[in-house]
Amino acid sequence: MGAPDAKRRVIGPFNRVEGDLEVEIEIADGRIAGAWVNSPLYRGFEQILVGKDPRDALTITPRICGICSVSQSVAAATALADVQGIDMAPNGRLATNLILACENMADHLSHFYLFFMPDFARDGYRRHAWHAATAARFAAQTGSASRDMLPARADFLHITGLLAGKWPHSLALQPGGTTRAVEPRERLRLQAIIRGFRRFLEQTLFDDTLEAVAALADGDALDAWAAAHAASDFGRFLALADALQLATLGRAGDRFLSYGAYAGDDGQRLFAAGTWDDGSAALQPQAITEDISHSWLHAQREPRHPYQGSTLPDADAPGGYSWCKAPRYAGRVFEVGALARQQVDGHALIRDLVATHGGNVRNRVVARVLELARVVPVMEQWVGRLRSGEPFCLHGELPDEGQGAGMVEAARGSLGHWLQVRNGRILNYQIVAPTTWNFSPRDAQATPGALEQALQGTQVDENGKDTLAIQHIVRSFDPCMVCTVH
Amino acid sequence: MSERFSVLWLQSGGCGGCSMSLLNAESPDLYTTLELAGIELLWHPSLSEASNDDFIALLDRIRRGEQALDALCLEGSVMRGPNGSGRFHMLAGTGRPMMEWIRDLAEKARYTLAIGTCAAYGGIPMASENPGEACGLQYEGGNAGGLLNARWLSPGGLPVVNVAGCPTHPDWVTDTLMQLAMGELSEAELDELRRPRSYTNHLVHHGCTRNEFYEFKASAEQASDQGCMMEHLGCLGTQAHADCNRRPWNGEGSCIRGGFACINCTAPAFEEPGHPFTETPKIAGIPIGLPTDMPKAWFVALASLSKAATPQRLRDNAVADHIVVPPNTDRRKGGK
Repeated sequence: MGAPDAKRRVIGPFNRVEGDLEVEIEIADGRIAGAWVNSPLYRGFEQILVGKDPRDALTITPRICGICSVSQSVAAATALADVQGIDMAPNGRLATNLILACENMADHLSHFYLFFMPDFARDGYRRHAWHAATAARFAAQTGSASRDMLPARADFLHITGLLAGKWPHSLALQPGGTTRAVEPRERLRLQAIIRGFRRFLEQTLFDDTLEAVAALADGDALDAWAAAHAASDFGRFLALADALQLATLGRAGDRFLSYGAYAGDDGQRLFAAGTWDDGSAALQPQAITEDISHSWLHAQREPRHPYQGSTLPDADAPGGYSWCKAPRYAGRVFEVGALARQQVDGHALIRDLVATHGGNVRNRVVARVLELARVVPVMEQWVGRLRSGEPFCLHGELPDEGQGAGMVEAARGSLGHWLQVRNGRILNYQIVAPTTWNFSPRDAQATPGALEQALQGTQVDENGKDTLAIQHIVRSFDPCMVCTVH
Repeated sequence: MSERFSVLWLQSGGCGGCSMSLLNAESPDLYTTLELAGIELLWHPSLSEASNDDFIALLDRIRRGEQALDALCLEGSVMRGPNGSGRFHMLAGTGRPMMEWIRDLAEKARYTLAIGTCAAYGGIPMASENPGEACGLQYEGGNAGGLLNARWLSPGGLPVVNVAGCPTHPDWVTDTLMQLAMGELSEAELDELRRPRSYTNHLVHHGCTRNEFYEFKASAEQASDQGCMMEHLGCLGTQAHADCNRRPWNGEGSCIRGGFACINCTAPAFEEPGHPFTETPKIAGIPIGLPTDMPKAWFVALASLSKAATPQRLRDNAVADHIVVPPNTDRRKGGK
């Protein structure tokens, strides 16, 4: 396959992604002609869950992933609530949102400071005038930003200490709410913690108010903001993005999907569910399938909806090159993540950026940072609505037979659990994680997954291994490999 | 000693949660704690700059003995499947099973640490039929001998140090690395399961905020109740070795403070309790598990005595999610 002078190169491991990742590229004429993404770790969670008491999913599934732990808990709790047909106590819904938002915002912060920005400090950029100052600020471990960011992150995660016992891996997130009622004095602590985090963001990341950042309405406004806030960490990123033309890197198929995030009492979500494919449409969960034609899994003829899905590893499966399955929506490749979430929700800045340059490295980072500005003020409101003395958790009986789905948004995109119960035990449990979508292998039509598409056409050096563009593109998705294959 | 204590951190069949927890280190933050202890993170999958060939070259230098390594930390289970091939985790970019890399590097590092219960004993991936053929570094569940045999000692003369927990507390990791860097961790500092006694000489029960409910056997009946979770909700705090309630998590948290049961995650085979995690198994209405070191007859006798003496305040509060009856402030009145 490929042009006669094409060369294949294997790149990996990628660090500063959660888990293990390998990418094989084919280079022709100085560009990536094809990419094959391999998730090289298989543990077998879906096999482990079969036969268990359904409630045990609340203990087991968060341990799929130490960075999306709460998202996994909320997906499992939501699937169980669907089986039980119960609702959440209003306090429990607020507490669930606060715990989930805390994880998601902490993840956005970790991604920006610890995973993504250190690449600009690498020696490959030493010839640029901006390198020395960038390295002093963002170099892995030694940069000054990490000393500012780590205490802010740890303080902010005290929300989980109060509401969920600890992070990661909490059992506080239940189908009917949360296990930890909040005393009046704890509401004050929560408010103080969130305000402290707001101050860090406003002084260090933005040098501006969260409300001003959230109100940016188009690309021109963002450019003007960047010029006026060049010393802030987000301003520094935007300047680097211009210097390195990150808006031209890593475009995938520009189809976006979001399950919608942060439920309200009225059934509405703070960020809407839906899809974007040259226009928005309502989400049809039955249109989700997984194809395993290029996975190291026992073959099934047709792509299947997760309720009909199965997971049986086969390291010698013909055509396989990854443990990852290939999720498709209406048979097509969709990208998930903060950019997809904000595009589907219709945020004016993101709609404008996507209209201009589609999904790309710069826009994915902008959307993630924008969410910090949009969500933290809402967290303050949620705390204000907690009512001490009123219930945090409702209870229901688990039927012996039934099925249910839990569809949530993790920091890095759409996460779904599909659970079937027979004779009071788990008959089938299928999980489709954000990076399963983004880093999927090819499907039966040989259509590459989102990252595979995003890498295609990227200019590379002779052997591809020193090309930092590849590192930026991969990390722009904020991949979580331990979720991808579980 | 002017040389810095070097640490190489690898991940295999785990979730990365022990690394995420490590970043929660406070007072001072993780990087400051390590730096001031003279500890250098040679490489960590979430935190280092180097990737691809630079990293593989580092592993090769250590494997060939060209670069000294003080501590190898493994997070996650060793994945031996399918059929012992190790193909369930090939280290990216190397075409080689991770378990082989781990075995090679453990022979070179002065000390090898299992970070978290997965790396120590196998942990969650060993649940059910253990589809990944997972095991720990030097244990398979509660049985000594994992990837490395039961009598294996590192070049520094210690067995694998099991910093167990799911996840581990950040201080458990930094304390253990500091002890090693200062030359203060001997085998006597490890318990029978080779966990650092710095945190396993305590039970989770110590400092439990529900102690008054425990004393009077005023039990929680469902999730979010404030009472003791031992009788009905599967809490193993009286048996679990860890200082979670003396040294809280994320500020002022712990599992029990968060309103849910301790599942004894620092122990081998915690992943297969033989009953639902949040339900206490009982025979004739009496919980099967006993508090550590407690004779059964005495426990039963004391439990029935204290149940008879339970103040109404505790009975009411135990099955509510907030204080419905505050403690009496009038000294002349006794309990009801």
